Amino acid sequence: MIEIRKVSKWYGQFQVLTDCSTRIEKGEVVVVCGPSGSGKSTLIKCVNGLESFQEGEVTVNGISVGDPKTDLPRLRSHVGMVFQHFELFPHMTITENLAIGQVKVLGRGKDEAIERGLRLLERVGLKSQAGKYPGQLSGGQQQRVAIARALAMDPICMLFDEPTSALDPEMINEVLDVMVELANEGMTMMVVTHEMGFARKVADRVIFMDQGCIVEDATKDEFFGTPRSERAQLFLSKILSH
Amino acid sequence: MSMFDNFDFSVLAPSLPFLWSGLLFTAKLTLIAMAGGIFLGTLLALARLSAITPLALAATWYVNVMRSIPLLMVILWFFLVIPLITGQPMGAENSAILTFTAFEAAYYSEIMRAGIQSVPRGQVWAGQALGMNYRQTMSYIVLPQAFRNMLPVLLTQTIILFQDTSLVYAIGAKDLLKAAEVAGKNYNRPVEMYLFVALIYFVICFSLSRLVKHLQARIAIIR
Repeated sequence: MIEIRKVSKWYGQFQVLTDCSTRIEKGEVVVVCGPSGSGKSTLIKCVNGLESFQEGEVTVNGISVGDPKTDLPRLRSHVGMVFQHFELFPHMTITENLAIGQVKVLGRGKDEAIERGLRLLERVGLKSQAGKYPGQLSGGQQQRVAIARALAMDPICMLFDEPTSALDPEMINEVLDVMVELANEGMTMMVVTHEMGFARKVADRVIFMDQGCIVEDATKDEFFGTPRSERAQLFLSKILSH
Repeated sequence: MSMFDNFDFSVLAPSLPFLWSGLLFTAKLTLIAMAGGIFLGTLLALARLSAITPLALAATWYVNVMRSIPLLMVILWFFLVIPLITGQPMGAENSAILTFTAFEAAYYSEIMRAGIQSVPRGQVWAGQALGMNYRQTMSYIVLPQAFRNMLPVLLTQTIILFQDTSLVYAIGAKDLLKAAEVAGKNYNRPVEMYLFVALIYFVICFSLSRLVKHLQARIAIIR
């Protein structure tokens, strides 16, 4: 479904991604982890073209992201994305946030879009918040709305860019629960996160990145059992020691 | 004996309809220049922030030129030059409306540019990630937030614009100030007239600035 081949990216002289390759099959859940500044967020943003790259190729469902002829908005409309800082639209109510993409991008009728949005809102347990503005919700609630907003577009896969990093500890689980449920339903997911509990529970594979390179790309059991690289071992020992 | 003993304010009442027509033109000029200026200014701001270099350069050049020339000169130049280009006179009022719209667009564009830049990058990403194209991301996500963030500043600029409209006096457009001058000459009471319209300008500007304060507190987006 998602194929990343030898992708390299530079910011000026500084290389942020070096020769990254991996593929994510339909229904797979892949967790991307690594120290901050290792290029995880940049890599996941290359998948839907929010970040450009100079070398290599990314394809989603066979469509090349880097090809200038590709209709990027169209491609993005069925690749869901959830951001670290939620990025709900603060000037719209929750209902409007859920409906706008469906109406303006997919061309759905307003009533249909709202109905679908509210169904998903109920699914993430926030139906009573429909009329509020994002600023009136807690971080965890906002992130659940953001997930519902992405799902409302009927995505073929979902990208999560550190979805719990900006949350207070007590709110992390409510978001992870929604993500676990999604994974169990068979959604194809690429998840940048430090939540190793989540990885253990639902990941098929774990990718470990360091300094812009994919250092480790292994099944979950391999990764948590015997990480091959010293760098990954060190990283794991640091975040799993508590 | 106070200085007001020499004043005769009885001439104000019969002049009111005439002053009113002047005020109407001043208001019309302000509103059109505001609406047109904000619209054009937003397009200029988008052009300046665009990745298309010639477009960005042209917009930057326009804004910088307009902001570097005294308004009074622009008013006179437009009044003198446009009839030469089009080959027909356009009248002081129309010339004033065109000049102010073009001139204020430069100032409003700087405000809108700051507004657009005040919207976090992630908001653009979120719009794009939903599949929105540039136009959709701008019109549904970025500009509404930019506009809201900048509303008090836009209104403050409009108050300045309202005061500046009195400069059209120079080309003889019949605005509030011109009406005061004419009425003052009519009754040979210029001081009373100028005092009275000064009071009108003050009351309107003061009320508007109170409104800005009020808005500032109310419209802030809850984040």
